[in-house]
Amino acid sequence: MKKIILGLILFLLVAFLPLGYNIYTGKKAYIPVIKAPEDKKECVENVFIMRKRHNIVLEKWRDASVRHGIKKYVSLNGTYKISLTGTCLGCHSDKTQFCDRCHDYAGVKPRCWDCHNIPDKVAEK
Amino acid sequence: MKIILPFFTVVLIACLVYGGTRYLEGHILFGIIVPYICFALAIVGFVVKIVKWAVSPVPFNITTVCGQQKSLNFLRHSPIESPASRCGVFFRMLFEVLFFRSLLRNEKVELYGKERRLIYGSDRYLWIFAILFHWSMLIILLRHLKLFLEPIPYWIIMLQNLDGIFQSHIPPVYISNVLVSIGLVFLFLRRLKRRVMYISLPSDFFVLFLIGGVILSGMLLRYVYRADILLVKAFLFGLIYLNPVPYTGFGTMFYIHLCFISVLIAYLPYSKLMHMAGVFLSPTRNLRNDSRARRHINPWDYPVKEHTYEEWEEEFKDALKEADIPLDSENKG
Repeated sequence: MKKIILGLILFLLVAFLPLGYNIYTGKKAYIPVIKAPEDKKECVENVFIMRKRHNIVLEKWRDASVRHGIKKYVSLNGTYKISLTGTCLGCHSDKTQFCDRCHDYAGVKPRCWDCHNIPDKVAEK
Repeated sequence: MKIILPFFTVVLIACLVYGGTRYLEGHILFGIIVPYICFALAIVGFVVKIVKWAVSPVPFNITTVCGQQKSLNFLRHSPIESPASRCGVFFRMLFEVLFFRSLLRNEKVELYGKERRLIYGSDRYLWIFAILFHWSMLIILLRHLKLFLEPIPYWIIMLQNLDGIFQSHIPPVYISNVLVSIGLVFLFLRRLKRRVMYISLPSDFFVLFLIGGVILSGMLLRYVYRADILLVKAFLFGLIYLNPVPYTGFGTMFYIHLCFISVLIAYLPYSKLMHMAGVFLSPTRNLRNDSRARRHINPWDYPVKEHTYEEWEEEFKDALKEADIPLDSENKG
């Protein structure tokens, strides 16, 4: 009987652990804020597409550029050169202020940087 | 009928949520009120059920074993299959809970061949698919912790990367998603076999369909009807800290997923899914097989008014003497 109650309390503790964890780390009300570039108004697609599907756009870019040799991307907003370092990082220059903020919050580890250089880091070398 | 009724119940839930959030302003109802009610039902139901089980007496030592009981020294004792100590019980339970050891002994009985001979054979399909299903569920559950923890612990990211190690498609296909679906489909198909169907109830199919709904909506949410995961996480943080912020922009699939999981956890304590707690409390598994070494006291035992032989002899002493029946009290020593 005692053991069962103990087990039950243990279960409830584990179930409610996330509540304590976030208070402990002090990030209970944390929401990442990303720095949008000030001089540009629109990204390569509109903001709703970019928010949810930028990964798919980037995958298409990779396939187009690396596998098919297509270097131009035409969207409603204009024509863009397919280049992560050139086009994307051209505006969103600081990866830690832009990409990483949300990716860390959402627990996403994209593999972009397995191949691509982070410009600042290269410059430091 | 056993299948159709639960199937349409699940479809009905989905339709209600779909209609409610798409055509009526049901975002608060389905995004906040339903999850809260369901969570409360789940926790209260869970605790009540466990307490109810905890106060139930165990009248007999009914441990079911399949190994040699601890006995004479020259008989080899099987400590895990037939535990005599608490340590043995611990390991027996550990293997039972983590690896479904008793399911491994699942057998089938068939009438075989033209002569229709009765044969027995081992049937391990249920075990392997149960393992796939349950372990995938656990991994999926742990993966979802990333929506409730900030900063996300490293091991969750690692688990997630391991799960998506094939790196096919963007977003990556998780192995656990595939395996849990395979497991669930098998568990469903198994119920369609005539003999299993005979002992199945609508509630058996209901939980299968409901879990299927959770899995399907979850995968659609990930691969097709994507929700903005940042807002989802912020929304869930609002929910768990009792500071819910109604938000309408998630898309219907998110609400369907949320409501399916809410209904599932609310139904859990009242359903067969309670085996997640029940497995720890099964007397056939968690008792020591020591009924010959130690007396199991039945808590139900009525305090019987005893009348011993000595007392009886004393009572009928004269009559016994007359009949020349030897008396214990006089033949002592």
